[in-house]
Amino acid sequence: MSTLNPAADLSSHAHDDHGHHEIGFVKKYIFSTDHKMIGIQFLFTTLFMLLVGGALALGVRFQLAWPWRAMPLVSQVAELIGGPNFVAEGGQISPEFYTMLFTMHASVMIFLVIIPILAGAFGNFLIPLMIGADDMAFPVLNMLSYWFMWPAIVCFGMSFVVGGLNAAPAQGWTSYPVLSAIRDSAPGAGDAQTWWLFGLTLVGVSSMMGSVNYMTTIINMRAPGMTLFRMPLTIWSMFITAILQAFALPVLTAAGFMLVAERMLNFNFFVPGGLIINNGDPTVGGGQPLLWQHLFWFYSHPAVYIMLLPAMGMVSDMLACVVRKPIFGYKPMVYSMAAIAGLGFIVWGHHMFTSGMNPALGMTFMISTMMIALPSAVKVFNWIGTIWGGKVEFNTVTLNCIAFVSMFVVGGLSGIFMAAVPVDIYFHDTYFIVAHFHYVLFGATLFGCFGAIQFWFPKMWGRMMSERLGKAHFILTFIGFNGTFFPMHLLGIAGFPRRYADPYIHPYMEHLMPMNQFITICAVLMGVAQFLLIGNFISSIFIGKKAGRNPWNANGLEWTAPSPPGHGNFDILPVVYRGPYEYSSPLVDDRDYLMQTERLDPKPAKEREADDAPSDSGGDS
Amino acid sequence: MVNKFWPIFFMFWPILAIVSFVIAPSMNWWFPGPAMSPLGQQIDNLFYLILVIVTVTFVGTHVALGYVLWRGVDNKNTKAWFSHGSHNLEVLWSIAPAGILMFISLYQLDVWMEFRVKSHFPEGTTPVAEVTARQFEWRIRYPAPGKKLMTTPQADDLYTVNDLHVPFGRPVSIRLRAMDVQHSFFIPELRVKQDAVPGTVIPVWFEASKPGEYDLTCAELCGWGHYKMRGRVFAESESGFDKYIRTLQAEQNFDGVTQPEHSGAQIAEYGIEDSQ
Repeated sequence: MSTLNPAADLSSHAHDDHGHHEIGFVKKYIFSTDHKMIGIQFLFTTLFMLLVGGALALGVRFQLAWPWRAMPLVSQVAELIGGPNFVAEGGQISPEFYTMLFTMHASVMIFLVIIPILAGAFGNFLIPLMIGADDMAFPVLNMLSYWFMWPAIVCFGMSFVVGGLNAAPAQGWTSYPVLSAIRDSAPGAGDAQTWWLFGLTLVGVSSMMGSVNYMTTIINMRAPGMTLFRMPLTIWSMFITAILQAFALPVLTAAGFMLVAERMLNFNFFVPGGLIINNGDPTVGGGQPLLWQHLFWFYSHPAVYIMLLPAMGMVSDMLACVVRKPIFGYKPMVYSMAAIAGLGFIVWGHHMFTSGMNPALGMTFMISTMMIALPSAVKVFNWIGTIWGGKVEFNTVTLNCIAFVSMFVVGGLSGIFMAAVPVDIYFHDTYFIVAHFHYVLFGATLFGCFGAIQFWFPKMWGRMMSERLGKAHFILTFIGFNGTFFPMHLLGIAGFPRRYADPYIHPYMEHLMPMNQFITICAVLMGVAQFLLIGNFISSIFIGKKAGRNPWNANGLEWTAPSPPGHGNFDILPVVYRGPYEYSSPLVDDRDYLMQTERLDPKPAKEREADDAPSDSGGDS
Repeated sequence: MVNKFWPIFFMFWPILAIVSFVIAPSMNWWFPGPAMSPLGQQIDNLFYLILVIVTVTFVGTHVALGYVLWRGVDNKNTKAWFSHGSHNLEVLWSIAPAGILMFISLYQLDVWMEFRVKSHFPEGTTPVAEVTARQFEWRIRYPAPGKKLMTTPQADDLYTVNDLHVPFGRPVSIRLRAMDVQHSFFIPELRVKQDAVPGTVIPVWFEASKPGEYDLTCAELCGWGHYKMRGRVFAESESGFDKYIRTLQAEQNFDGVTQPEHSGAQIAEYGIEDSQ
């Protein structure tokens, strides 16, 4: 706030840089401490990583549809560059390479795409703008949180190359010991696994810096009048996510260091004695492999909500705006997010129902897991309630938000099968779970992100993204997505296990190959469609239609700033008078939005009381 | 009608989803055969119960979503409905799902206890074999005929790889171990799955209701050969199982020196010349 001079700025809106000294190129675009630039850096990085992760997934899909066939294109490229091992296989995916493909697909998508695009890209860009701050509480820490992503990417990249393509990390993104602890247990369990663990730790460092910053910023730097219950749900979701992150992440970091110590310093946490692996010497020690699973899922289950809650918040904001209606049940939305976060800490055991842990634990984890479906259901009902009675205009943002709700319903409901322990006995580690988490993480989170990119793009660049390309991208992605992941439910019911390089050697799965070919074709369609997003994104930066401050007629504080906002964000010091969802308010006659900063003419006290009374659950309290 | 395209679009895919589930069993996109064990039958029943509840919720939420979108496109008022929500509705749609979810969780506890809690195992469950998973095969240890399965290997124990024979029609259990990394013992047709954890012995019981051959697969990533860790479970009559164990004993104790009591066929099987 200190950089702002409200009196001076009120008189000259166009004067964006507040008369500060010029910032050099490196300081402005590379080692920037400006939260907007850091958010955009995160966005570019994650979109690039989205393509990398998608390419890895297509490799997985190709093998499942046409096992052991030489991959088109890849085999030719491999011949050209003469890559090691790969050529020997003639472009064919070896089983070692297949295990590496799905391991790195998950690692890249989770740690380098979903978590950083939500918290890193949108969290950074939106938090100060939406609460009316001029920057994050700790700008340098913020810069470091982005630049710690790169060592992580380098570590993950190194893990591809240190042992050759057939010896990249291949223990699954869950990296269960003993497979991940003993170097001889698999081709990828050597140095590659160590690099992978360092990458994981560095991603954690980056996330932790971000979450400390978000919490501090949201608590301390809100604009005057921005009470907690006037905050947009995006901010609530980022706040709750930051808390989740801060409390859960240290456990994973500790587990990671324990595994590194086990691998490099001969410590003994996870490997029991007397195992004979790959005809080597028997192991010595008294570790317990389940310890890793408990520690890992203690972080990684809350991480599922870290990968979902911010998208829920952003969709709530976008949905209210595109249907021109206040959010239905603002406080229940906040409380249900808090409930999801709280319960999220005591449901990790549902990943371990078949792991051999004490069966009594299975029962308690089942009940908490069932109960976490409740706040999720409340949120869905509230989103539908938000659309109820609204004025719906189907632009790209609306489409992606509706898809978010629809896909989240499927992902939530399919989770109930696996929350039921006896049914999970059968469904555990089959394609049913693959369908389930892709519906939540891709169907919900990524559709939410696609909507958010379209919605906040004008604030980033001062230009709109193309509606036509946006809709084309949406419809192709939506069809490709459902064609890819819906049949996976059926595969799961048919008992199709995960992580099989060639399931068809088992007679009971032979007849499922045509379905897998259909899935792969849909996945290719979905992959190709992402180039529309990238193309739309890049081209709109330069040729998009110019956008004013508030192209969506939205209420939030970010729309009072110039597009794009200059250094320090606001040329008018924002003062907040109401909640962010006063769309179609009867207080104003000429338009259907009422910005948070807008001060209405004082009315006689009696009249004002009458106006304020109905908005009990909403913003004005 | 053009403005109705998107509400119809969002209603179209749930219909496709329902249709695909309706036709799935006839297209053979369903369970690998009916559950071949009493516990598996209970698991299937639970699955169908949840499927009904979930389908009703899925249809309900999507009909509601379609309705509000349809009406939202038609909304010709200058302003949308200015409402911040309804306390009564919030209470209603918190309590109703809570009741249903609580019912599902409590209703199925019995099946879980029967499967995993040792004191709730069916009476007369007898251990028939020790199954040790390793990269990438199943090693099986039976006790000698007439003897009990001991926790430590005995001199007269019988060993096979990948083929597990069990009697059908009564609950049997195995001692599940892992020799190297984690594996998971999965018989899809019997709806049995249990991870094999290194350093731990886990008792797993199951009952095949009909004789036959069932696939045994690994359901926990155990390395590059995870996919090919294929085994078979043969459910046989008591006498067939007994005969199998005795044959196994004869084969294992056969030292290559022909004994008069051995039949020619058995020797031919090993390709050993008659040394007389």
